[in-house]
Parts: sequence; C-alpha cells; structure tokens
Amino acid sequence: MSEQIQQIKVTIDDQTIMVDPGTSILSAARQIGGNVVPPAMCFYSSLKGSGGKCRTCLVEVSAGSEKDPRPMPKLVASCSTNVMDGMIVKNKTSDRVLDARKGVVELLLINHPLDCPVCDQAGECSLQDLAFEHGASHSRFEFERREFDQIDIGEYIKLHMTRCILCYRCVYTANQLTDNREHGVLKRGDASEIGTFIENSLDNEFIGNVIDVCPVGALTDKTFRFRSRVWYTKPMDASCSCGKCSGNVVLWMIGDEIARVTARKDKYGEVKEFICNDCRFNKKELSDWKIEGPRHIDRHSVISANHYEKAAPTHTPLLNKA
Amino acid sequence: MSRKLLLNNVHVEGIHTYDVYRKSGGYAAVEKALKSMTPEEVVEEVKKSGLRGRGGAGFPTGMKWSFIAKPEGVPRHFLCNADESEPGTFKDRYLMEKIPHLLIEGMILSSFALGCEQSYIYIRGEYMYVLRILEKAIAEAYQNGWLGKNIKGSGFNLELSVSPGAGAYICGEETAMIESLEGKRGNPRMKPPFPAIQGLWQRPTVVNNVETICAVVPIVNEGGEAYAGVGIGRSAGTKLISASGNINKPGVYEIEMGITVEEFIYGDQYCGGIKNGKKLKACVPGGSSVPILPHYLVCKTAEGTDRLMSYESLSEGGFATGSMLGSGGFIVYDEDQCIVRNTWNFARFYHHESCGQCSPCREGTGWMEKVLHRLEYGHGKIEDIDLLWDIQRKIEGNTICPLGDAAAWPVAAAIRHFREEFEWHVKEPNTCMTRNYGLVTEKVFDKVNA
Amino acid sequence: MENQNIENIQFPKELLDEVKRITSLFPEGKQKSALIRVLHIAQAHFGYLSAPVMDYVARLLLIQPIEVYEVATFYSMYDTQPVGKVKLEVCRTGPCMIEGAEKLVSYIEKKLGIKDGETTEDGVFTLKTVECLGACGYAPMLQAGEKFHEHLTEEKVDVLIEQYRLNPVANYMGQE
Repeated sequence: MSEQIQQIKVTIDDQTIMVDPGTSILSAARQIGGNVVPPAMCFYSSLKGSGGKCRTCLVEVSAGSEKDPRPMPKLVASCSTNVMDGMIVKNKTSDRVLDARKGVVELLLINHPLDCPVCDQAGECSLQDLAFEHGASHSRFEFERREFDQIDIGEYIKLHMTRCILCYRCVYTANQLTDNREHGVLKRGDASEIGTFIENSLDNEFIGNVIDVCPVGALTDKTFRFRSRVWYTKPMDASCSCGKCSGNVVLWMIGDEIARVTARKDKYGEVKEFICNDCRFNKKELSDWKIEGPRHIDRHSVISANHYEKAAPTHTPLLNKA
Repeated sequence: MSRKLLLNNVHVEGIHTYDVYRKSGGYAAVEKALKSMTPEEVVEEVKKSGLRGRGGAGFPTGMKWSFIAKPEGVPRHFLCNADESEPGTFKDRYLMEKIPHLLIEGMILSSFALGCEQSYIYIRGEYMYVLRILEKAIAEAYQNGWLGKNIKGSGFNLELSVSPGAGAYICGEETAMIESLEGKRGNPRMKPPFPAIQGLWQRPTVVNNVETICAVVPIVNEGGEAYAGVGIGRSAGTKLISASGNINKPGVYEIEMGITVEEFIYGDQYCGGIKNGKKLKACVPGGSSVPILPHYLVCKTAEGTDRLMSYESLSEGGFATGSMLGSGGFIVYDEDQCIVRNTWNFARFYHHESCGQCSPCREGTGWMEKVLHRLEYGHGKIEDIDLLWDIQRKIEGNTICPLGDAAAWPVAAAIRHFREEFEWHVKEPNTCMTRNYGLVTEKVFDKVNA
Repeated sequence: MENQNIENIQFPKELLDEVKRITSLFPEGKQKSALIRVLHIAQAHFGYLSAPVMDYVARLLLIQPIEVYEVATFYSMYDTQPVGKVKLEVCRTGPCMIEGAEKLVSYIEKKLGIKDGETTEDGVFTLKTVECLGACGYAPMLQAGEKFHEHLTEEKVDVLIEQYRLNPVANYMGQE
C-alpha cells in the first residue's frame, strides 16, 4: 500500500481499537472480538445493502466523536453506522441496549414457531442462539402465530416462510449472485413474505447459497431435510477442483456418507466463498472430494457437543481457522 | 380575524384555472424571483421567514435547503410530498384541489432556489382525481411559459410532473417516498446517507410537504421578514389545520399561529364548538401519531396558561402533559367517545401500514393491535395495560423510520392519560360494549358471554 | 373486465401511448419509475393484476417480473385477485369511525349481502374497508373508483348503490 491510511480511534465497552475510516461499529467490534460483538441477524458483510433491519445489533453511542462528543439520542444499528474518531460505544455495558435487545428478541419470536425439535436448522440457528442469550423464558404473546404454506422453490430448496424473520439476506444473495432475479419480498408489514409469487423455481447455478445465508430454518436443503440432526453429523473441511466456484466446502458426514454440503462459514456465520449448486447438491460421493480435516465448530454451538475437537492436521493450508 | 397567506383567494370563482389564478396575482412571485433574485437570495428569504416543515416534523425549511449537496455535473431533484395519509389530515388535498397553481408556483420557486431542473410531485394514489387536476394545471403552466425550457427568458429550465403512489402511508416518509418514486416498494432507507446527499436515483434531493412549498409563494412575494412577522415566536406564518371529529364545523382552516386552542375549538370562524352541545373529552391536535390530550390539557397547559396553536405551545410539557402540532390534523372527541376504541383503531392503522422491513415495527404494531382489540372487545386482562406500555416502549426509538414512533406514541399517551378507562374496559366490559356499540351489542354480548 | 388469457393481454394503442408519455417523464434508464402509474392503468383496463398482466407490464418497462410482483403486493390499492366492477372502499380510520363508519359498513354489508372484502355474486360490487383516505372532515365517506363520496348517510348510500348498479363503470372520475 503506497499511502498510509489515517486510522481512527473507537472505544467499545471500554476496549479501544484503531480502525480504518468507513468501518462500521459492528465491524470494529468484530475486530476487537469476544463479548463486545453485537449479534447480527440480517447484516451480512459480503451482501451489499444488507443490514439495519433486524435491530438486534442496536448499540448506544455515548459520545459521537472527539470533535462532537455529544451522545446520540437514539440507539443505532451498529451494522450500518460508521465509527467516527473518538467515538465511544456501549454494547453489553449499556442497560438500555440490553433492554432494547431483549425487546427485539421477544418481538422476533412472537410469530416464530417454536418448532425447534422438528426444525432442520436447530443447532445451527442464529435465532436459537440469540433467544438463548437474550430472550425471556416464556412468551407474553397469547395469540395465534402467523403461518404460511411451505413452498418448494426448485428441486433442492424448501421455503418454510413461517420461520422467516425477514432479514432479506436471501433476496440480496439472489440479487447479487445471480443474473435474473426471480425471488423477492411480497406483501407488506407482518404479512410480508419471501417468495417468487408464481412459485418459480430458482434454478440459477449459485442459488443454493440462499440456504447458507438464511439465519433460521426458513430456507433448507431438500437433499438433507430430516436426514439427521446436525449435531449427529461430523463436519469436515473438504475441497474439489470446480470450474464454477472455489470448491472449498464443509461436508457434513454421517459415517462415511456425505449427508450435506455447505459453504464454509466464519465465526459470525458468514460465508466467505459462495459455492455452486453442483458442489452443494450433486457431489455426494467421497470420491468427489479431497478431505482436509475436521471442521472447527465454535464451542457455543450444540454441534460441537457431540465430538471432540481434534488438532488440525498441519498439512492442510486451506483449513479455515475461523 | 387572523391573516391568510395561502387561502386568501380560495373562494374566488374559478381560481383553479390558470387565467383566474393569474389575474388574482398568481405567478407574481415567480416573475419576481426570476427577474430580480438569485437562487441564493430565495433561499435566504426562506431562511429569514422562519418557515418550518408543514408535513409533521417542523424542521426549518431554509436549513433543510442549505444541506443539499451540489456536486459538479450531477442533477439535483426537488420533490413535493403530497402523500398526505396521516389520519386526521386533509389540508394538502384541499390546497391542491382548490388552488393547484399555488403549488406549481411554489414548486417553480423552490426548484429555482435549489437549482433543480426536474421536479416531481408525489401524490398518494387515492387522490387520483387530484392528480388529474394537477396535471391539467401543469399543462396550463407549460402553455403559458412558466414551465419548460428557459422560463420567461431567465435561462432557468424546469420540467415538472406528478407521480402517484398506490396506497401506502409509509410513502409519506421521505426516503420511502423516494423509493416509491423509483418504482419500488415503499421501504424507508437507512440514514445516513440523507436525501440531501443521496436521494432520488442517488442524486441530491430535497423533499418538502405541499403546504410548505405553497408557503414559499407569499414568502417571495412579501419577503421573509414579513412572513416571520406573522405567527408567534419560532412558529412563523400561518398553518392549515384539518379539523375533524365531534365539532360543529369540520373542515380546513388557515390560522395565524398563536391563536388559542380554545378560540380554535369554540370560535365561530373555526370549529364552532362541540357538536350537539356535548362536552370536550379529548383532542389529538396534530394527526393520529401525536399524543392525545385529555380535556383539561387541551385549552390550558399543565401550568395553567393558555394553550396556543403553535409548535411550541402544543408541545409544552413534553409528552407528559403536552402533544405536538404535527401535520395539523386536529381531531376532537366528545364525552361519548371511547379512548380504548380509538386507540385500537389507530393501532390497527399502524399495523396495516407498517412496511415490515424492521422487526420491532413489523411485529410490535400487530401485537399492540391484538391486545387493544382484546381490551376493546371485553376479553382484556388488567396486565394487558402494562403489557401494551411495554410493547410500545420497545418499538419507540428502535426502528428504521419514525413509523415505529408514530405507532407507539398514541398508545403511550392513551394509557398515560386514560388508564382508568382501560381498567374500566377490563372491569366492566359489558358497559363499554353498550356505550360503544349501542344496538349492535346483542351479538357482541353473546361473544363476550360465550 | 377483459379476458385474462395471455394472448389477450395487450394495451390498446392509446394506452401504449400513455405509457410512453409517462415513461418519458423520467430520465433515460429510469423507466422503472413509471411502474406504479402503469400498474394503475393496467388494473383499470384489465380489471385486476393477474400474473400475466404483471408479466406484461414488466416486459413493457424492461424490468424483471418479480420487481412488479413486489410492488403490486406492497401497495394496498392493487388487486391481485379478481374484484367487482365497482369497488366500494369505505374509510374506517379514527375520524370516520367516530362519525359512524362501522355502522355504514354494516349497512352496506346487509344491503349487498356480502362481507368486507367480498364481491357480490353478480360481480358488480366489491366492499372493502380501507385506511384513512384524507376526508376526515367530511366523514363518513367511501371511494368508488376515483370518486370520493362524502358526508354519507344510509339514504345517500342507497342512491349511490342504485346508480352504480345501473351503470357499473369502474372508473368514475372526479369528485362529487
């Protein structure tokens, strides 16, 4: 780099870090890591325009900047608010934030079916994790929950709209990874739904990625549905030489059988390299893949409960350390 | 008799036509501005006038104008927000229907001041017949050389047209309106960037309400200082008030800001008092989203001073004992009206109008409606009142756009001032049913007793 | 109402010209801005916005069909299902409610033998309650086509319904 970028200072929950200008509060918090990172249900780094909608990442800005140290009157969405030099942010240290977040979680859950025992996403569901950490033990919502019919969108993807939290990630994915957009958000308010309107199949080569970006069990892989709870599977990093995508995937194994193929996610649940449908849905033989080693699974996830972490083999440079 | 600046000619026969409007002094302000003023001077007059946005937020117009970015080679746009949808408000429709050329004249002046050559009026789809009136007037303005290329030899060009919505309250929020004008769903945008930097088609954009734009005409005609001399303090000029509810003379009134609320409700030249000799129970002074005031806080503030029709006086006491001027949708309730029923009705409105983009509003507005419905129809529990308070608190301030606040405030204010009436709905549901639904109650009683 | 066979979905020349005029109000490449207005025209002409009608509009404006579906299902004025020739849209919000909108709706329901949201068997009337139409001072009111009917009473509704029954044209223009 020829020019040194003048970095700016931001303090989040009493931890200070220097970041590049234009960095969002959320991204600065992720650079610090650990407890100061707000949860994010809709923001997705690689999807342009995502974020701001779920409101779980709200934080308190107790000083706007060095120049103008006034606090911001409202809580702000950390994913879509950029840091200023000298900004002071409170996340876990703010009662206002914790209270608002608890409220958002409660609101996200009022219409969400509590069908985790039969939901394929259980164990790797962001909403489940969020509810566990910030939710209340019971719901005060005493009305019928919203329901939609399940829809097959194409051969491989099941849309279970009842579980959707309208993060819009799949819409941005379909919009940005594929040429012809066929699915979007229909209707409005709490009747909004993700759909294609006329049940078009989504048969684009990269459309399978909508499954991976979905934070809940609204979009699931039909080749894997009801085959196994994810925590009974063994995730392995694997790769293949694919002409369409990087070929870097995670294989979810039951014994020697490949039950499911997904892209690799970092610790914030984000896919860094999207994979093609061919890798995801069609390559289910061990001979299709070069196994690199066991996948690191974050300790907080129920998936890690069923197997011990083995030391990563040193000869696998592609291993994602996330 | 207070002064009129916008509606002084409204009763002139044929004022909606170009010829009559012109003969009554119309387009003089455009003539003056194009001949003898620079755009900066027009902005300056608007700043001096103290004009504040008439759509609801009351933001100083001159200041809003000064925020517009002026990057080289990028067109800017000026937009008129005619998406009037706030329950209780119907003044913009009245203005556009009666004196369409006043809005067009204001559009020309504002576009000139901001250096915009392509301007749009975004009107709610339900006002399609008003759109046709405006289009006819715009065609007349083109024919007479007030729109188009090189207007009256000044070198200023302006293309003006009208574009409709199709039924969405949220499009009154300026970034949702911009999205809608781009042919999309009316989902408000995240801010920043503000429209002044990236608005319509990512270009610098200013959005103003119909009445605000119309007010630029008398400001240019008479000068900013003269305008600032009308009204009271920081509430400069006149305001159109849409009066509805249980009053003798509902309708649109132009008032000089600073008259007392008492005069407005009971004065013969305004609402003419409460209908059928009944007593005042409550008042929503600025459109459905502002806090409702109980009768003892309508004409007097908590301090006991006269409450005035102005931004400051109506909000005196904060949300604890005050409200807001808002869009000037003045709804009056007599002693027979039920606050719970009204709050439920408004909650249903916001539930229906939530765009669904962010979770607190999408989920919270529906929940509030359901709880209020239960209370209103006699199935409520005493804890529901605190539950409602808690839900509204979790929506307010936590959403992308102000619709969340607009949904939360009326619920909060109703509980704040009328908690007893909510409790009464729980304790004596049948009495409330009889009062609210009169003869139809038989069926309702069955439901309640089932 | 026109037949909704795909082959028949085509604006007549004067409407195509109108679409061209509306599109020309926006800069080059921003023709999507005409969408909301074109959908109004399509709905008035074809009766409602079926999927083939929306696909046709998408082709006219050179956009993806989903962009049309997203918009058509967002705004409350659009019908994506068949409706009667005359839509009676009664305002139910606050100020209209306190002036008796609910009673008026019950009256119309009884008179036409349909419920809110339904269409009469002869396909003439659809009754719909809607949110604030900006006529609060002239309550109660209903909108039929583009026309506002205000200060309504049961007697006025009787006359109205008779008029529309005799001459069920969807697009009444102008105001009372």
